Amino acid sequence: MSAAYVIRRVLLFFVVVWAATTLIFFLPKLAPGRNPIVERIGMMVATGGVNASGMQAMVDAYQAKFGLDKPLWQQYLTYLADISHLDFGYSLTQYPTTVLEVIRTALPWTLTLLTVTTLLAFTIGSVLGALLAWPRSPRALHALLPPLFMFSVIPYYLFGLILVYLLAFQFRIFPMSGNSQYGAVASLTPKYLADAAWHSVLPGLSIILASLGFWALGMRAMMVGISGEDFMLFAEAKGLKGNRIFLRYAMRNALLPQTTTLALSLGTILSGALLVEVVFNYAGMGSVLFRAISAFDYFTIYGVVFFIIVGVALATLILDLVYPILDPRIRYRKG
Amino acid sequence: MKKFGRFLARNPRISFGFVLILGMLLFWFVGMVTVGISKAVPLSGPPDMPPSAQYPLGTDSAGRQLLPVLIAGVPLTLEIGLLAGTVGLLIGTVLGFVAGYFGGPADSVIRTAADVMLPIPALAVLVVIASTIHTLLSVEVMALVIASLAWMYPTRTIRAQVLSIRSRAYVEVGRFSGETDFDIIFSELMPNLMPYLAATFVAAVGAAILAGIGLEALGLGPQDKPTLGMTIFWAIYYGATLRGMWWWWGPPIVVLVLVFFALFMIAQGLDRYANPRLRHAA
Repeated sequence: MSAAYVIRRVLLFFVVVWAATTLIFFLPKLAPGRNPIVERIGMMVATGGVNASGMQAMVDAYQAKFGLDKPLWQQYLTYLADISHLDFGYSLTQYPTTVLEVIRTALPWTLTLLTVTTLLAFTIGSVLGALLAWPRSPRALHALLPPLFMFSVIPYYLFGLILVYLLAFQFRIFPMSGNSQYGAVASLTPKYLADAAWHSVLPGLSIILASLGFWALGMRAMMVGISGEDFMLFAEAKGLKGNRIFLRYAMRNALLPQTTTLALSLGTILSGALLVEVVFNYAGMGSVLFRAISAFDYFTIYGVVFFIIVGVALATLILDLVYPILDPRIRYRKG
Repeated sequence: MKKFGRFLARNPRISFGFVLILGMLLFWFVGMVTVGISKAVPLSGPPDMPPSAQYPLGTDSAGRQLLPVLIAGVPLTLEIGLLAGTVGLLIGTVLGFVAGYFGGPADSVIRTAADVMLPIPALAVLVVIASTIHTLLSVEVMALVIASLAWMYPTRTIRAQVLSIRSRAYVEVGRFSGETDFDIIFSELMPNLMPYLAATFVAAVGAAILAGIGLEALGLGPQDKPTLGMTIFWAIYYGATLRGMWWWWGPPIVVLVLVFFALFMIAQGLDRYANPRLRHAA
C-alpha cells in the first residue's frame, strides 16, 4: 500500500467531515427568514423553566458568539473553531450539561451494540451465503433461505417492534426496553455488564436477523460466480480437499466485494441501528437524538449528527485502508 | 401493451413485484370508496380500542381509527418514494451522463462531489433539514429534501456505465457517421442503459421510502398527514409495544414489508433481465 494512497484517502476523510460540518452550519440558515435556535431559546426563556437564569446565561453566550450582528463568515469560523475541539454548546433541555457530556455517556452503548451486531451479522451472513452456494453443504440449510430473505427487506427497527412484542410482551423472555435494570448505576462490574448484555440481546437480535439475509444474498451471488472460474476447476483437479477449496479458494475471493459492500452500507446500517435504539429506549445516540428532536434541542441534534457522520466516515476510512491488505491483487501502487 | 405483457410473462419476479404494488393501490382505492379517510384524525373513536366489528383495525391512543389511517398512509408512502426516486434519478442521470460522457473538469467536480457526499449518512443530514423546517414540511417538500441527497449513488453507477459503453464500437460508428453528441446520448447510449436506469430507479425509490419512514419514525414527517412512519412514531411515542397494542404498529409494518418486498423482487428481476448470466445462478 503506497503512502500516496493513504494520504489521499485520509484527506478525503477530512474533506467529508468538513463538508458535513459546513452542511450542518448552513442548512438551518437557509430556512426562510428565521433562526430556529434563537426562536427555540426565546420560547424556552419566555415559558420559563427550572433553570431560567442559566438559560439567560446561555442565550447571552450564544448571542455573543453567533449573534445576528456578526457577519455570516465570522459565525462560520467561530463554529468551525468550536467544532474542532468538540464544543457543541449546552444541551437546551439539560442545561448546564454540555452536548459533549450527553454524547459521551451515550456513545459507548451505540458503539458496542453496532460493532458487535455488524461483525456478527457480516460474518454469519457471509458464511451462510457461501454455504448456500456450495453444492456439498447440508440440504437443511436451504430451508433457512426464504425466511432470511423475507427478514432482510424489513428495516431493523420495524423488525425490533415485532421482536419486542413476541419475545418480551407475549413470552416474557427478554426485557422490553432500557439497557439495564431500572435504577442500576453504570459500572464495569460483572453483574452490571451481564445485565447490560442481557438487555442488549433483543436490540442486537433485531439488527442481526434483519441483516443476515442481505449479507447471505450478496455472498451467495459472489460464490456462484467464482465457482465457474478456472482456478476452481484447477484446484479440484489437483485433488485439493473440499474444505481447503471452499475456504482458501472460494471464500477468500468472494469476501472482498462483500467488504466493499460493507463500507458502502455503513451509513444505512447506522441509521437503522439508531432507530432500533429508539424502539428499545436503549440509552445510545439514537435515543439521545430522538429525545433531542422531540424537544427541538438543536445543539444536541447537531452534535449527534456530527458524531454520526464522523463515525461513518472514520469506519469507511478504516475499511478502505484494510481492503488492500485483504486483497493481494490490489496494493494501490499507483493509487 | 402486448409487448409489455410478454415482457412481464418472461420475467416472473418483475410481474410479481408489480402485482404487489397494484394490490396495494387496489387496497387504497377500495378503502377510499368504502371506508374513506375522514376518520383518520384524532377523536374519531374511543382511544386504545382493539380491532372489532365497529373499528376493523382498532384505534390508537388519540382516538384515530387505524383502518382509515392505513388507507391514507399507503399512497403517501408510495408518493414520497416515487417522487424522491424520480427526482434523485433525474439528477443522477444528468450528472452521470455529463461526467461520464464529456469528462474533463466537469467529471472531476461531479465525481469529487459524489465521493464526498456518499459516505455521509443521508438520514443525519435529513434530520438537520427536517428539524429546521418541520412546520413547513409537506409530503412533497419532504420528498424533494430526500431527493436532494439521493443523487450520489445513481450518479456513480450511471457514470460508470456511460464510461464503459462510450468506447464501444457502435458508438464510434455513430460518431464517424456524423451523429451529434445529442444523437449519441439519446439513440445509442440511453437505450442500452435502460435496464440499468430502471434498476437504479427501483433502488432509489426503495432508499427514498426507507429514508422517509426513518424521518417520520423520528417524528420529523409531515405533521398533518397520517403517513405510515408517523403512525409508527406515535406507536413508539405512546409505548404501544409495551402495552401490547399490536394493531397500532402491525398493519403499517405489513404494508411496508410488502412495499420493500415488491421493490426487491422488481430489482432482482431487472438484474436478471440485464444480466442473463444470473438466470442460471439460482
